[in-house]
Amino acid sequence: MPAPIRLRELIRTIRTARTQAEEREMIQKECAAIRSSFREEDNTYRCRNVAKLLYMHMLGYPAHFGQLECLKLIASQKFTDKRIGYLGAMLLLDERQDVHLLMTNCIKNDLNHSTQYVQGLSLCTLGCMGSSEMCRDLAGEVEKLLKTSNSYLRKKAALCAVHVIRKVPELMEMFLPATKNLLSEKNHGVLHTSVVLLTEMCERSPDMLSHFRKLVPQLVRILKNLIMSGYSPEHDVSGISDPFLQVRILRLLRILGKGDDDSSEAMNDILAQVATNTETSKNVGNAILYETVLTIMDIKSESGLRVLAINILGRFLLNNDKNIRYVALTSLLKTVQTDHNAVQRHRSTIVDCLKDLDVSIKRRAMELSFALVNGNNIRGMMKELLYFLDSCDPDFKADCASGIFLAAEKYAPSKRWHIDTVMRVLTTAGSYVRDDSVPNLIQLITNSVEMHAYTVQRLYKALLDDISQQPLVQVASWCIGEYGDLLVSGQCEEEEPIQVSEDEVLDVLEGLLVSNLSTPVTRAYSLTAIMKLSTRFSSVNRIKKVVSIYGSSIDVELQQRAVEYNALFKKYDHMRPALLERMPIMEKTATNGPTDIAQTNGETDSTILDTKHLPSITHPASQANDLLDLLGGNDVVPVIQTTVPTKPASAGGELLDLLGDLSLTGGPTPTPAPSVPMSQPPFLLDGLSSQPIFNDIAAGIPPMTAYNKNGLKIEFTFERSNPSPNIAVITIHATNSTEADMTEFVFQAAVPKTFQLQLLSPSSNVVPALNQGSVTQVIRVLNPQKQQLRMRIKLTYTHKGSPVQDLAEVNNFPPQSWQ
Amino acid sequence: MQFMLLFSRQGKLRLQKWYVPLCDKEKKKITRELVQTVLARKPKMCSFLEWRDLKIVYKRYASLYFCCAIEDQDNELITLEIIHRYVELLDKYFGSVCELDIIFNFEKAYFILDEFLLGGEAQETSKKNVLKAIEQADLLIDTATTQSTLTVASEPDSNTLATIQNTVSTA
Repeated sequence: MPAPIRLRELIRTIRTARTQAEEREMIQKECAAIRSSFREEDNTYRCRNVAKLLYMHMLGYPAHFGQLECLKLIASQKFTDKRIGYLGAMLLLDERQDVHLLMTNCIKNDLNHSTQYVQGLSLCTLGCMGSSEMCRDLAGEVEKLLKTSNSYLRKKAALCAVHVIRKVPELMEMFLPATKNLLSEKNHGVLHTSVVLLTEMCERSPDMLSHFRKLVPQLVRILKNLIMSGYSPEHDVSGISDPFLQVRILRLLRILGKGDDDSSEAMNDILAQVATNTETSKNVGNAILYETVLTIMDIKSESGLRVLAINILGRFLLNNDKNIRYVALTSLLKTVQTDHNAVQRHRSTIVDCLKDLDVSIKRRAMELSFALVNGNNIRGMMKELLYFLDSCDPDFKADCASGIFLAAEKYAPSKRWHIDTVMRVLTTAGSYVRDDSVPNLIQLITNSVEMHAYTVQRLYKALLDDISQQPLVQVASWCIGEYGDLLVSGQCEEEEPIQVSEDEVLDVLEGLLVSNLSTPVTRAYSLTAIMKLSTRFSSVNRIKKVVSIYGSSIDVELQQRAVEYNALFKKYDHMRPALLERMPIMEKTATNGPTDIAQTNGETDSTILDTKHLPSITHPASQANDLLDLLGGNDVVPVIQTTVPTKPASAGGELLDLLGDLSLTGGPTPTPAPSVPMSQPPFLLDGLSSQPIFNDIAAGIPPMTAYNKNGLKIEFTFERSNPSPNIAVITIHATNSTEADMTEFVFQAAVPKTFQLQLLSPSSNVVPALNQGSVTQVIRVLNPQKQQLRMRIKLTYTHKGSPVQDLAEVNNFPPQSWQ
Repeated sequence: MQFMLLFSRQGKLRLQKWYVPLCDKEKKKITRELVQTVLARKPKMCSFLEWRDLKIVYKRYASLYFCCAIEDQDNELITLEIIHRYVELLDKYFGSVCELDIIFNFEKAYFILDEFLLGGEAQETSKKNVLKAIEQADLLIDTATTQSTLTVASEPDSNTLATIQNTVSTA
């Protein structure tokens, strides 16, 4: 068999291939030759073959069949073989292969080899790719080499130890004794790797950290020598002596000084010295300054030093070198929270970086700008940020818009400014704003009562210009729906009022409905807006016409709305004004939290539900919140969800529908409930609570006594729930005719499976003696199948010091309560 | 450092050193993605970029990109110096190194790298010492079965002959 071709030959040949296919062919041919050569167990050419294999592997071709050969090479006595063998091991083998463990023995032998270069090879391989098992086996050898006087091996052993510790942290203790005099070495290689080892140990173990704190003075001394010493050709880089070592020492000092006053104080001087004396004309110097700044910011440095650090960063910002600017912005971002004022001083430079061409720099500058916005600079900053929003890449727009909204919310100097700003964002980057900005803006507008006229006028004008940006269009149509009367009457104080007629407004809204640019959501908004205007405008007929047209729309959502609105015109005209009233002020709640309402479904164990009271007055927002919760907040199937709204239901059907819409669970429903932003508790109910939801239309159902024993009498009074005839609302009145109060009174109820029960909070849990008062509690029972109502009740209370418990069945419900 | 990649302007890999254990497929995927990302960068952009959860530091010397992936707490600017030091070492060893030298002597490039970095960290900060070690190790080579250390590239390819030396002195 002819000698296998040489490596360089092969490389040359492969490079002459003109197509991928040609190359593949050559490679396959050579691989076949190599494979047969391996099979022949040819020792002389194994090295050459593996080298070729490694080349082909780099080109992307499979080379796994060479793994074992690498092992054989490692085991060989020839240095050349070992060199290629270890290289092959590092490239082809990794800890996932079972084969790699076979290396362990070879490495062990080589770690004790007579030639230091062989030892070096094995240390290098172990330190690059040793698995945890290998590390466990060989840690002892590494530790031994860590103590050798041969600096060539010592430095490698140190980094190998770092790898061992990373793989098997428990072995860290083992290397502790060897670290004793690592820092007294003169050799820079050993010093550097020792500092790395110490850093690794300190980062991983607080005990080690405290142990090594005593090294701070020594480290300071070494650093000082590096700075003060004259020119040393061996370690010089552009006039700075061993910058790599300096940076590593600074990093270790950072870890040692963090949170520790004494250490921090010990390093104050040297940090100041490095910060002021380092040459900044080249990258090397700046690298050291960068590390110094990071250290100063992290330890407990005195304020003068901190200011010095921030000023260095400020100078970096003005540097021509992009890399330096980038690094400065990144560091400033980290320190802006703690040293806010100092960073503020550089605000104008940072804002200038917004105009940089480099994407990474722009992003950093944007983040930093948002962090720097405060009440004082909001106007100026916003101008810059809005300008940035105009001109930046689409990737940035969403983040920038959100940032602007947040900043505006926190620091807006005036409502008008706020609204203007938000509008500006919507007009410039409208399609990139996040979904929740629409309801947020709506809420903002609603709450700025005095700005309504101004806002609706501006929005109307914006609509005239451009109807392609959906969020803007949605907000605008909502506003026009709400405040159209203000628009038409020309009442604007802030601006020159415009003359708009009702027809013009309706034209615009109808235009939205038919436009191709409008999404279904937008169409829904505009239809609802048109509907609302029926109570604010006089041209009701036109509105009626539009609404009825959409009753046969293909879009189901629109159709549904239109049909319901139609019904409003026809059968429920008396409800229309109230329904379409102006929205009240909304309070911002973070989310609709999960309600505490649990439901019993006919099981004998029932739970008392600790929910809030039924509001008797409407205004406080939290109570209205509760109302929503009662009617089924998020995760709970609402008690009142009876009919699936497909067509207008009977009395109050729309109301139910609106409520049904509001029981949002999980993913967003495609449209918000009519005119109500999704994330807000729907205060539609608020507007309606002037008519109590639970009417006393249930007049005529006589009250009954459910329980009367031992002086405790419980009476049930009935109401029909107006929204739904299937719900009976029972109020219990518990009275106590004995001489002692009944305390810790708890009423529990359970109903058969076909019913659903909801218990609200009792008025109190003390039933006063001698009928001086009563405890009332509301029970709501859903009875969809109209079965005879039955209930089992359990009473617990404390009377005259002893606990009392009783169970009873209630079967004497009047038929009207459940029919 | 987690890994270092050297690749040409056409995206061909010339050297790959991994300091973290990853399977071959993963390495290929990362290489492909990263090469694409770096090659897409315009010349005026800064040498750092964020990629996944790593910081990437890259620099172009003549026709070769040197690309390192470092962790969050590592110093980007000193990494640039590390890259530069490696190029200087190659330059000293090969004498005005160019891409072809690295192609034809890739195993030497690895040996030099392994004398300079170990486990992702610098083991020797003196240029002289690294080169001395390589020299000594080279003397142990049994020349009977392997090539002599310095082979002149015989392709008259003027593009790739643009030396890295020029870039080195102006960097």
